[in-house]
Amino acid sequence: MKGLSQEDIKVILATDCGSTTTKAILIEYHDGEYRLIVRGEAPTTVEAPFEDVTMGVLNAIGEVEELTGRKILDEENKIISPSKEKTGTDIYISTSSAGGGLQMMVAGVVRSMTAESAERAALGAGAIVMDVIASNDKRLPHEQIERIRHLRPDMILLSGGIDGGTTTHVVELAELISAADPKPRLGSSYNLPVIYAGNVDAREAVSESLKDKTALDIVDNLRPVLERENLIPAREKIHDLFMEHVMAQAPGYSKLMSWTDAPIMPTPGAVGLIIKTISDLENIETVGVDIGGATTDIFSVFRPEGSEGIFNRTVSANLGMSYSISNVFAEATLPNVMRWVPFNMDERNLRNRIKNKMIRPTTIPQMLEELIMEQAIAKEALRLAFVQHKSFATVLKGVQQQRTIADAFEQTTSGATLVNMMSLDMLVGSGGVLSHAPRRQQAAMMLVDGFLPEGVTRLAVDSIFMMPQLGVLSTLHKKAATEVFNKDCLIHLGVCIAPVGEGKEGREVMSYKIELPDGKIEEGSIMFGQMKLIKLGLGKDGLPLKAKAEFNPARGFNLGRGKGNRIEGTISGGVVGVILDGRGRPFNLPTDAKTRVEKLKEWMLEMENYPAKELESLIKQY
Amino acid sequence: MTHAYTPGLRVTNKTKITKNRILPLKGDVVVSLGDKVTPDTVVARTELPGPVEPINVANILGVPPEDVFEAMIKKEGEQVEQGEIIAKSKSFFGLFTSVAKAKITGTIENISRITGQVLLRGAPMPVEVRAYLEGEVTEVFENEGVAVTTWGAFVQGIFGIGGEVHGPIKVISSSVNDILTEKEIDDSCKGCVLVGGALVTAGGLHKAISVGAVGIVVGGLDDKDLRDFLGYDLGVAITGKEEKGITLVVTEGFGEIMMAQKTFDLLKSKEGEMACINGATQIRAGVIRPEVVIPLKGDISKEDTIQLQENVGLTIGSPIRVIREPYFGKLGKVASLPAPLQKLESESYARVLEVEFADGKKAIIPRANVEALEE
Repeated sequence: MKGLSQEDIKVILATDCGSTTTKAILIEYHDGEYRLIVRGEAPTTVEAPFEDVTMGVLNAIGEVEELTGRKILDEENKIISPSKEKTGTDIYISTSSAGGGLQMMVAGVVRSMTAESAERAALGAGAIVMDVIASNDKRLPHEQIERIRHLRPDMILLSGGIDGGTTTHVVELAELISAADPKPRLGSSYNLPVIYAGNVDAREAVSESLKDKTALDIVDNLRPVLERENLIPAREKIHDLFMEHVMAQAPGYSKLMSWTDAPIMPTPGAVGLIIKTISDLENIETVGVDIGGATTDIFSVFRPEGSEGIFNRTVSANLGMSYSISNVFAEATLPNVMRWVPFNMDERNLRNRIKNKMIRPTTIPQMLEELIMEQAIAKEALRLAFVQHKSFATVLKGVQQQRTIADAFEQTTSGATLVNMMSLDMLVGSGGVLSHAPRRQQAAMMLVDGFLPEGVTRLAVDSIFMMPQLGVLSTLHKKAATEVFNKDCLIHLGVCIAPVGEGKEGREVMSYKIELPDGKIEEGSIMFGQMKLIKLGLGKDGLPLKAKAEFNPARGFNLGRGKGNRIEGTISGGVVGVILDGRGRPFNLPTDAKTRVEKLKEWMLEMENYPAKELESLIKQY
Repeated sequence: MTHAYTPGLRVTNKTKITKNRILPLKGDVVVSLGDKVTPDTVVARTELPGPVEPINVANILGVPPEDVFEAMIKKEGEQVEQGEIIAKSKSFFGLFTSVAKAKITGTIENISRITGQVLLRGAPMPVEVRAYLEGEVTEVFENEGVAVTTWGAFVQGIFGIGGEVHGPIKVISSSVNDILTEKEIDDSCKGCVLVGGALVTAGGLHKAISVGAVGIVVGGLDDKDLRDFLGYDLGVAITGKEEKGITLVVTEGFGEIMMAQKTFDLLKSKEGEMACINGATQIRAGVIRPEVVIPLKGDISKEDTIQLQENVGLTIGSPIRVIREPYFGKLGKVASLPAPLQKLESESYARVLEVEFADGKKAIIPRANVEALEE
C-alpha cells in the first residue's frame, strides 16, 4: 500500500492462518462502500510435510482468485499491488494462530495485583498464558523454577512493584527466571525473549540478573501506581517480539512477514482489537466469544459509570467443542450438560460418544439427537468460560476505595467484576458451533442460555469468522473494517429482552407492545417460565429492521430502570427476531425431570430451535 | 476443502520406519552410524542441570542483603555438601554467630546483593535415550541423538495410554468381536504385548497389570473404565506419560468396536514376534498417534518393492469406516460421491457419500464422518 492514501484503497486482501485452516477474504470498494466479495480457504501448511505457511496462504488466495476471476498472484507467486481493474490488491494483511499461537508465561509479585495486570496484558495481546508465577502463589521457589524450566514458553512477561516501591521481590523473581535458564519453545538457537514491565527502580538489577541468559527488553511499568494499569507498552512489545522472535522461527513466516502491509498479529489479539474498535465507535458495551475446537476466548468492553471502555480478554484453554469437548464434560459434569437435553441417554454410551468426538475432532453431528447434545455441551462451555471471564474482568484489586455511607449499602468491593449483564448492549458469538449451527435460532439460544443476558441485549454471530482479519484491518483502514464488520461479518440475530427477578410459574413477568415496521402491533404479556419469539427481521439492505417498543416489567422485575419500571425505545431485529425471555434471572431450570423436559420442549418449539416433529418423536423415543 | 474426510490410520505389514531419538538437552551420542541396536540400547545420554534450592542467607543471618557477599564462606562456583556452612555472620565481639547451611549438595550458582538470596544448584540428573526399536542407526545428530531405522510391520492406533515398551505378541482373543476380560489373562502373559478384539474390560486391564503384561492392543475401551483406571476424567487427549504399569493402544475408538480385520490378522500373523509399542497420543496440532511396530529382519539400505500408495482421496469402491453415530464403527465401501451439499437429519448441510455396508445395505453419511481404510 506504499504511497496510497486511504481513499485510494479499493481492494483489500486479508488472511488468517489458523491451526488447521488458512482463510482468505477479499474486500472491495463499490458504490461508496466496502463490502466482502469472497472468502477462500485451504489447509494450513505449518507442519510437516510442508513446513511453510505461505503454501497454505497461496492456496487460499488461489481459491479467492478462482472464485472472483481477480488475478492477485503474479507468475512468481508474488502478490500484485496496487490493484488495477481485475488484478492485484492495495493492502495485504494477515493474522496467525498456527503452531499453537503465542504461548507466554507471566510473573508478578502479588498474584492478585501485578501478576494479574501482567496476565491481562499478555491475554490482551492475544497470548495463551501457560502459567502465572507470583511471589505469593504458594509454590516453593524450587517448584517455581522447575515449572519455568519445564514450560518452554515463547516469551515471558515479568512485572512487579509500583514505581518507587520495594525492588526485592521483583528482583527475586528475575533471579528465579535466571536460575531456571528457560529455553524457548521453537528451537534453541536464540535466547528466550523476556519483557520487564515492573518497578523502574529495579531495572538495573533485573537486567543484571537476566541480560546474559535471555533476550531482555524493558518497557514502562504496567502498574506504575496501584490505582492504574498501563498495559499498552507491554502489549505492543509483546506484538513486536511475537513478530521478531516467535513468528520468525515458524516455518515460512519470514517470507509471509515480507508480504504484509501491517505486522502479523496473533489471531485473538486482532479479534480483541475489532471488538474494542466497534464498541468505541458505537459507545456500547460488548461481549464477544469465540468458541473453537480447543479453546474458548471471551472479549469484553464495559464502561462502568460511563467511563472509557475497559477491555478484557480471557482464554479458557481447555473449553472447546472438539479437542477439548471431553474436558467441558468433565468440568461441567453430566447433570449440568443433561439439564439442557430433553431426553435421557445412558451415561456409558454418552461418555463414549464424547470421547470419540475428542479423538476424531472433525466429525459432524448427523442425527438430531447428536446436534442437541453438542449444543447442550456448547451452552456449558460458554457458561464456564464466562464464569472465568467474570472473575478476571474486574476493577483493579488491591486499591483502597474511599467509601461513603451510600457505597456501604451497594456492597461494592475491591476487585468486583466489571461484567454487568444489565448494561451489556451486544453479545457477539463466533466459532463453528455458533456460526455454523443449522438454524440461527440455535445460535441465539446457545448465547442466551450460556450467557443469560439481562434487560435488553442485541445478539449477533460472526458469519464466517472474519473478525481477526478485520481487527488488523482496523489498524490500517478503520472505515473499511467497520463497514464490512457491520454489513458482512455480523449476522444480526435480534434482541433478547430478559427481565431480572424471580416469580412463580404462570405469573406475569412483563407486558410488551411492539410496533412492527409494517404497522402491525404485537402486544401481550409474558408469564414466568415462558419464552416468546416475535419476528422482526432484516431490511432490504441486509441491516436489522427497527421497531418502537415498550416493556412494562411486573412488580419485582427489572429491565434496567429499576423494579417495575417501564422502558421504551427502539429495538433492532435480526434473522431470529425479538426473544422475550420470561424465565427470570437468576435462571433456574425445574428440578423435577418431567417438568424440565416439558419446559425445554416448550422453549425449543417456541424458539423454532429444531424441527418440531422430529423433536417430539425423539422425546417420545427416550 | 479437498480433504473433507479423515485420512485413515496406517496398518501395513511392511514399511521402513525411522524414529528420531533425541535428547531433551544437548549431550553425548553413544552409538555410531550403522550400529545395530535393540530397543534397550542406550543411544544418547546427557545430564539435566540439577534442581535449584534458593537459600535466603540475608534472612537467616539477619544481615542486610548487601552484606551477604562478605558473609559468604563459599563463593560462586564452589562445591558444597549438604549441611555444610556456606555463610557466617560477623557478630558483636564474636558472641553470637549465625550460620547458613547448604540444604542440598551442589554448587553455589548465584549470590544476590539485592535480595540476599543464594542459589544452590544440585547435582546434575542423568538422562538416557534408548533406541526403542530393533534396527540400525541411520543418522547421527551431533550432541542431540540419532535416527534408528528398521523394516517393520506398522499399526497406528487412535488413542493410547502409557509410554514405550516392548515384548512378544500374544494374541488372546480369537476374533475381532471378542471381549478381553480377566478370565482370558494368566501368568503366561507376563512380559507380553496382548492382542484383544472389540473391547478390553476394566477387569482385563487390571489382570494384565497384575500378571506383568507390558501392553495391550485392542479395538475399543469404555470411557467409564478409562476414567476408573486413570483415577481422573481425561479432558484433553494428550497422553503417554501415564505410569500405570501397562501401555494401551486402542485401534478403533471408545466403546465396543471390533478391531479392523486387517489389523487383527496382521497382529495374529506376527504372534510370538517382538512388538515395540507406544501409547503416546496427541490430537492437537502436531498429531501423535499411538503405534505398534514389529521390527523385521532386512537390509534397510535396500529399497523394497513395496511402495506406499499415494493418498488419492476417496473414490468409488474405497474401503471406509464410519466414525460417528448412527453407524459408528461399521465398515463398507464408497458406493457414490454426490457432489452437491446435502441436508442431514440434523439439518446441517454437508458433503456426503453413499456407503455400501458388507450386508449390502446402503446409507448416506457426511464425508467428515468416515475414515479411509488402506486396501
